[in-house]
Amino acid sequence: MPGAGPLLLHPAAKPIALLASLLPLAWLVAAAFTDQLGPNPAEALIRSTGDWTLRFLCLTLAVSPLRQWAGLPALLRFRRLLGLCAFFYGCVHFASYAWLDKDLVPADIWHDILKRPFILVGSAALLGMLPLALTSFNRAIKALGGRRWQALHRMVYAVALLGLLHFYWMRSAKNNVAEVAVYGAVIAVLLGWRLARRWRGPSPA
Amino acid sequence: MLYLKDRGFQHAQASEITPREVYEQRRSLLKALALGAGGAALSTWAARDARAEGPARSTPLPGKRSAVAGALVLDKPTSLDDVTSYNNFYEFGTDKADPARRAGSLQTRPWTVAVEGAIRKPKVYDLDELLRLAPMEERVYRLRCVEGWSMVIPWVGYSLSELIRRLEPTGDAKFVEFTTLADPKQMPALNSRVLSWPYVEGLRMDEAMHPLTLLAFGLYGEVLPHQNGAPLRLAVPWKYGFKSGKSLVKIRFTDKQPATSWNRSAPHEYGFYSNVNPNVDHPRWSQAKERRIGEDGLFARKRPTLMFNGYEAQVGQLYAGMDLVNQF
Repeated sequence: MPGAGPLLLHPAAKPIALLASLLPLAWLVAAAFTDQLGPNPAEALIRSTGDWTLRFLCLTLAVSPLRQWAGLPALLRFRRLLGLCAFFYGCVHFASYAWLDKDLVPADIWHDILKRPFILVGSAALLGMLPLALTSFNRAIKALGGRRWQALHRMVYAVALLGLLHFYWMRSAKNNVAEVAVYGAVIAVLLGWRLARRWRGPSPA
Repeated sequence: MLYLKDRGFQHAQASEITPREVYEQRRSLLKALALGAGGAALSTWAARDARAEGPARSTPLPGKRSAVAGALVLDKPTSLDDVTSYNNFYEFGTDKADPARRAGSLQTRPWTVAVEGAIRKPKVYDLDELLRLAPMEERVYRLRCVEGWSMVIPWVGYSLSELIRRLEPTGDAKFVEFTTLADPKQMPALNSRVLSWPYVEGLRMDEAMHPLTLLAFGLYGEVLPHQNGAPLRLAVPWKYGFKSGKSLVKIRFTDKQPATSWNRSAPHEYGFYSNVNPNVDHPRWSQAKERRIGEDGLFARKRPTLMFNGYEAQVGQLYAGMDLVNQF
């Protein structure tokens, strides 16, 4: 896809990507207000925002491998946007859980997090994204220095694994793990690519 | 109503009258239109399944209002649409919408139920025989799913005890085991490894004999839709929904506690009794509250779950002296 390079560098590319990333949320909000989320709208909202968090995490992790596989170095421009979207959907996911499942009662939320491993793990994943989101602007990168910034942002690998574990534990209550396996396979490929690159030694990329 | 000389008064069957929930949907449709073309497009897209199903409705199965204590709760019944489109019936898929979409392949005729074990009169019943066995009653039960949601369903059927009494159980009949259909030709999701099939459930004999334990053949005055467990299922209102097996093919009486499907799959999460109990949490979520489908939507709080799903007065004595935390 060498022809896609100039398109990715177009000044409108990033705003369009941002709008596209917010479409799932827009769809969910519209569906909520028109009663289209099915018989259990609260559950549908909590689950889909969780799905989208995982999807944006996968997309974020896919940027580096795709740059190499597709020969599109310009994809790097979109990594921050995708990562921030993962964090954003994670926050909406947590907020809808806290609101719709726990009626925004702080004590109930806290007890739930401590008592249930899958919620603890999900909260940890969200918390792990917080420092990454907070240091995502250019001045933070400068202040930290490239090397330290990169080391910090490797935490995204742990976040992806925790998110996957969160999803797995939630679904395994009913042995319903087929969908989890799909996300697991995607994340395995994306992290496996990085491990393989490490073993082969430092590369120019 | 229409008066015809040769047939007397002709009136619409209950199934032909547009339910209030349906005609009230006009308002939400108008709301969607008011939101603009986008909203309208969305609502037609979302309604595609409803259109695909078409107008074909089920056969009437009337029942007289039950006289059994606790059999007619006053809660507002969940809409027929929600009752028939939000189902757990894993033989047809794990998504709540799968059974409504895919249970069309279920063949409910001919249908037999084998009754065996510790009884004097073992027999293979034909469905028609079971339909005529006792008078049909309408019973409005709460249904509480172990997942934390609930419905109110007007079932049609009769007490399981009506059948059990005719079988003359022996002294060895301490438990009843219910086996449900597992036919890969009719059920597309049996190749999934979610559970080991066939799905097996069980009750203690006194639970099975309790008048509230219902052998259900219909809901909303019509024969059971496939996705709700046609042609006959159990409805045990004070237990989590998964205790009420659907599409029953075998009922066996035994002196040992049956190995039930969910209990075998995850013994720490699903006990044999599985009585609705707000004080005993599922390891992965709280059971203190529930979301009533169709009522506790996005902008209403969940409601507290009641002990024995609100049937404590009727069934509490069955568990007198039992440790409900350990025997969950």
